[in-house]
Amino acid sequence: MEFESPQVVADALRSVGYLPNDRIAQVVFLAARLDKPILVEGPAGVGKTELAKSLARVTHRDLIRLQCYEGLDESKALYEWNYKKQLLRIQADADHDWEDIEHDIFSEEFLLARPLLEAIRAEEPVILLIDEVDRVEVETEALLLEILSDFQVSIPELGTIEASSQPIVILTSNNTRELSEALKRRCLFLHIDYPDPTREQEILTARVPGLSEHLASQIAKVARSIRNLDLKKAPSVSETIDWARTLLVLSVEDVDETILGDTLHVLLKYQTDIEKTAKELVSGVTD
Amino acid sequence: MLGVLTGFIEELREAGVPVSMVEVIDSMRAVEAIEIDNRNSLRETLRATLVKNLRHERAFDTAFDVYFSLVPTVASEPTELPEGGDGPHEQPDHQGSGEFDLDGLLQGLFQALADLDPDALRSLARAAVDQLAGMEPGRPVGGTYYLYRTLRRLELQAMQERLLAELIGDDELSEFDRRLIREDVEARIEQLREEIQDEIRRRLVADRGREAVARTLRRPLVEDVDLMHATTSDLADMEAAIGPLTRKLAARLARRRKKRTGRLDFRRTVRRSLATGGVPVDPQFRHPRPHRPEVWLVCDISGSMATFSRFTLQFTHAMATQFSKLRSFAFVDTVDEVTDFFGPGVDFGSALKRVTTEAEVVWKDGHSDYGNSFETFFSRYGSQLSPRTTVIITGDARNNYRPPRGKIIGEIAQSARAVVWLNPEPMAYWDTGDSAMSHYSPHCTSVHEVRTLRQLEEFVEGLTLPAGIPALKG
Ligand SMILES: Nc1ncnc2c1ncn2[C@@H]1O[C@H](COP(=O)(O)OP(=O)(O)O)[C@@H](O)[C@H]1O
Ligand SMILES: [Mg+2]
Repeated sequence: MEFESPQVVADALRSVGYLPNDRIAQVVFLAARLDKPILVEGPAGVGKTELAKSLARVTHRDLIRLQCYEGLDESKALYEWNYKKQLLRIQADADHDWEDIEHDIFSEEFLLARPLLEAIRAEEPVILLIDEVDRVEVETEALLLEILSDFQVSIPELGTIEASSQPIVILTSNNTRELSEALKRRCLFLHIDYPDPTREQEILTARVPGLSEHLASQIAKVARSIRNLDLKKAPSVSETIDWARTLLVLSVEDVDETILGDTLHVLLKYQTDIEKTAKELVSGVTD
Repeated sequence: MLGVLTGFIEELREAGVPVSMVEVIDSMRAVEAIEIDNRNSLRETLRATLVKNLRHERAFDTAFDVYFSLVPTVASEPTELPEGGDGPHEQPDHQGSGEFDLDGLLQGLFQALADLDPDALRSLARAAVDQLAGMEPGRPVGGTYYLYRTLRRLELQAMQERLLAELIGDDELSEFDRRLIREDVEARIEQLREEIQDEIRRRLVADRGREAVARTLRRPLVEDVDLMHATTSDLADMEAAIGPLTRKLAARLARRRKKRTGRLDFRRTVRRSLATGGVPVDPQFRHPRPHRPEVWLVCDISGSMATFSRFTLQFTHAMATQFSKLRSFAFVDTVDEVTDFFGPGVDFGSALKRVTTEAEVVWKDGHSDYGNSFETFFSRYGSQLSPRTTVIITGDARNNYRPPRGKIIGEIAQSARAVVWLNPEPMAYWDTGDSAMSHYSPHCTSVHEVRTLRQLEEFVEGLTLPAGIPALKG
């Protein structure tokens, strides 16, 4: 997979509605050039998942997504035998030779391919998104690492399946725990933070049709202001987008403290954060 | 290029950033794939290949600015430094008299800031350093000295106010609108400051060489600063790092035990099996209930712990934003609850002030008395402990040779989910002098040396607590 330059990456992403900063464009460029996975880290809602989706659109590749969660294991990440189907076959073929049956039920027909195997078996190169990898246990992380290293899977009953094409791999992490050094070494590291007001304004304009430049700029500045406060959960890009939509519905042309106060719950999820922000911004406490 | 790159990587290692050989090779391959006459592109390339932890970014940026200060920020820019003969900078004009036009420079900077013109800002920042920093070749002073000299003459405070006035204009603006504009102005001024710092660094490097400059700028990584001896600026950096750490701790404490699924749901399994002729091929499980962890922090805030207790209170403050069920206690020779001082929306400064002025933690003489503090703690609050409560005690266990009363910790542990002790002293000092650590450790679920943020992090990462069921407690 080749892009000519980081600029080309940036333009391509922009054309599908994803607004990258220089860092994002540079790292994606490198990942494609060097065939290395990207580990994208950052707070929730800053466009980590969206980056993978947008990249799939840009490259016209399929997106295969492995959503991680606590307790995710090999059978959900890689493959699993279709036990139910195997059992039924055994019952149906009860009068056959056991050896035949065994050969039969451990064939591809009974294999349930999970995202990782799916990505490896894909004929055309795909984008493989391993989302929120910090949620899995360390052992599962080791499994992922193994797959990322060789791009092949060996299934005892079937043999080794090698990748026929090289996917672009994107792992995301909300950084709720430290990932293993081994995994990090293998990846390019990309930290995405909340966008600066200029980029956020662009994101808002791209994502919320009908939003005026003026309002987008105001929203971006209010967002920066709120993120400077010490909150339990700062508003993410998804929340500023929601807020922009809300303001549009309310036909707001100009944000003032009353409107902000009335709609804070769209931006902030915790009551304590709402109260703190209201105290700081809405009642105009000066410092 | 290769020479500079290896020197740079060497500097990263010196600064404590772990860089493996695989990553070195990656960075070299990556550099071959890009245009290296663009500083930003080079920066992001090296960052992505060499730095895999956000906390190392500051060390990375410092080293990068030193090692690659001569790479142009944009491809079109000239790479060499201004040589002599293009102005009076060879004889720096400290008094600001003479032909140099300070007002003209200030006006130009003001315009560049008002127009958001980065190119003009950069070239004017260079002119400012040229004229105002009074840099003398070979003089062994650090960059901050020159930065200070330049900024003093630029009177940024006045500049900021002028900009504010300009952007506000004649409008009657609400405090809300002013705030947004003020933050905008601050960001612009900060950009100017960075340009100036950048330019000073460039010149220092040209004068003294990369290695020497890098060495003077090197700081311990924030995670390696000794918490007992941290400076105010260290503490400020730590504050930034504590947030993510407490989020991790929150996630850890809420994490369910290893078991991946809950108990077998017999009824649903049988119902499902009807579809497969009564063969239970698809066992159904109940979903395990997530923990609602309760954390009690009990902090020694005595004089011997001044710096550390400031840090623990920072930690407490950050925790209070994460856990709705956090209670905090402070003690010296007796204990007081300080939970309310860290209530929702309180900033750290005011919380700290209230803890130090309002908390009743001195009963006798203000010398640490762990025994009395724990006894008071247990008699006052012990009945409110529950099998869901994790008690975290922070302190050096230096008890002024008073009765330690270690058994009380055992009793607290009996009523709680776990008692964890974090001690900021090197383990080798425990039980020397008046440290009573060994009276407490056997009664704790676990004890940890936490002298640095790194160790605090290791503690958080490694935390596995007994399940919140009393019957399982050992
Ligand atoms: N750079 C960006 N360009 C366009 N939209 C973005 C960008 N960053 C975030 N968004 C928007 O924010 C939303 C949340 O992003 P998402 O990728 O789900 O966050 P994360 O995975 O980081 O938690 C996306 O649906 C998208 O609409
Ligand atoms: Mg996501």
